[in-house]
Amino acid sequence: MTEYTERLLTGPTRKDKSDRMRVVWLIVVPLIAILFQVYVPRHISFLSYLELPLLITVHFALGRRGPISSVFYGMAIGLAQDSLSHQPIGMFGIVKTLVGYFASSVSQRFDVQNPIVTFILSFFFYFFHEFFYWVLARALLGQAMIFNPEQTLLFGLLNAAVALPLFHILDKLKVAA
Amino acid sequence: MDFFLSRYRNLTVLLIVIVAQLLLLAYQVKSNNNVALIRVWAVTAVTPVEQGLELVRRYTWGFVEDYFVLLGVRSQNEKLQHENGQLKLENHYLKSELSTADRARALSVFQAHSPSKTVAARVIGNGTGANSKVVFVDRGAVSGIESGMAVVTPDGIVGKVVDAYPMASLVMLITDPTFAAGVISQKNRVRGTLKGLGQTKCLVDYAQNEEKVDEGEWFYTSGDDRIFPRGFPVGQVSSVHNGKTFKEIYLIPSGMQGGVEEVLIMLQGQHLQVPDSATATPGYKILPAPTDAAGESAQPTGQPTVLTTDADRLREQYKQSGEAQHHVFGEGLPGSAPPDFTKIQGIRASTPPPAPAHAPETATPPLARSPETATQPNRDRKEAQRKSEPTAPATTGETSPKATAATPPKPKPHPTAPILVTDPTDADPDAVPPPAPKTDKPAKPPGGAPPNGNR
Repeated sequence: MTEYTERLLTGPTRKDKSDRMRVVWLIVVPLIAILFQVYVPRHISFLSYLELPLLITVHFALGRRGPISSVFYGMAIGLAQDSLSHQPIGMFGIVKTLVGYFASSVSQRFDVQNPIVTFILSFFFYFFHEFFYWVLARALLGQAMIFNPEQTLLFGLLNAAVALPLFHILDKLKVAA
Repeated sequence: MDFFLSRYRNLTVLLIVIVAQLLLLAYQVKSNNNVALIRVWAVTAVTPVEQGLELVRRYTWGFVEDYFVLLGVRSQNEKLQHENGQLKLENHYLKSELSTADRARALSVFQAHSPSKTVAARVIGNGTGANSKVVFVDRGAVSGIESGMAVVTPDGIVGKVVDAYPMASLVMLITDPTFAAGVISQKNRVRGTLKGLGQTKCLVDYAQNEEKVDEGEWFYTSGDDRIFPRGFPVGQVSSVHNGKTFKEIYLIPSGMQGGVEEVLIMLQGQHLQVPDSATATPGYKILPAPTDAAGESAQPTGQPTVLTTDADRLREQYKQSGEAQHHVFGEGLPGSAPPDFTKIQGIRASTPPPAPAHAPETATPPLARSPETATQPNRDRKEAQRKSEPTAPATTGETSPKATAATPPKPKPHPTAPILVTDPTDADPDAVPPPAPKTDKPAKPPGGAPPNGNR
């Protein structure tokens, strides 16, 4: 067996490196998004409308991945959000699980690379996320939460506007990884 | 079943995940118990990153932010300093206005209550000369000002007019070295001449070393100079000591404290009385005496007095008795009739009880008399009585023991003038006189025995 052959057999392949980087990336990006949500609005209050974990979940689900992985990815991000909130664990988890599933299902039927479709989907999933969270809070926890449709629509537009450049950056970083 | 799971695998997984989370939620809601472990993990994972971010932010963005804040602080500091200066100026102006208003009000009050005819004037400038203390006031001959008029404030004298111009006058302040005025001290009425020294203090000259002047004592104008009416405060003695010929008494002028801005020029002065004791000392106030002390020292005449000792009260009663009998103490030839001291109030009744023919007052037991309380006037009175009644028996030495035992000494109430009360009948007119001793023996001739030889 030649030295070249041994290196090929024992050293990590390019595919392994790429997978490892992808796994690290899949962990770091949601963590950054959650950190952004819990840290940045403390200093820049008007950025509190940004729901970056949701956008990360949507971006992951729209990346032509399977619904099951999107379900678990959304659930993990949601549970992490729940862990840092004052609500019982599972509220964000359920909502983001549904978002991941539906986003993944949609990505298999539409051309999600189109910015307009991305914008509309981001807007829709933000509204769905907020509405369904409100329904769960009222139905499961019995909390008298206030749902402001106008504000939710406006924030949905803003999040959709942010989603376009954010998805573009994430795609570039994914390719680089 | 396998077909169903393979066909609806995604949906099945979704349902399982959702149901699992719902069960987790239900468990938390039902047991009212948080899943602490997951939260601990999440918080433990997030907070160190947050701390690192905060640290980085503090040393990067915080530094930049502080820099811009400091830039803002510098401009803000300059703005505040400018504003502070404006406020100081405004405060100073308002204080000056308030002080001017106070002085003007004090002048008007003084002018209204003073019997002298005065004209208010304002100091408009200083005179030239390094050592001269003269000022110009805005009142002149048109207002009736003439040279030699006194210039005062409610607190005291200020100076005198040395030149009167039509619209202004030149006033020499009392601190001018050439100024002089007659003054008199409050307590001991020590007269002197007030002289300016060119400083804030003035000198009272020509007061004898033997005369007594205390520090803190007030001097008033004496009126001797025919410029300042008598009785205006001049100042308070700050220091006094004997000089070669005269005392060196330094005064702090009371009329010029805080500067001279508004003054009163006396067109027609009216002499006042130099106050006896408490004076209207500007700057502080003396509380009145306590009520009980005032009640103790109150005299029957009702006039306020400072008499507090028995000797003072005795002197006052003698004086009143003499005035009632038109007798002036210190006058009259030696040997002339003294006033009747028996009419002194508080000592005995206006008409003394008639002495029984055979019961002289000496029948009082000797023990009742106290040699310490006997006084010479009382002895003189008894001597006169004894002379006026030559036939009265001198029974001092013949007082029966029974009579002595029958009239034991009884406690007497504290009289108004205790040192005058030497006889129980004097202090207690209603007391029953002791029974006269029965004796058939002829009276001894006067002088046969000392009337009070048993003392």
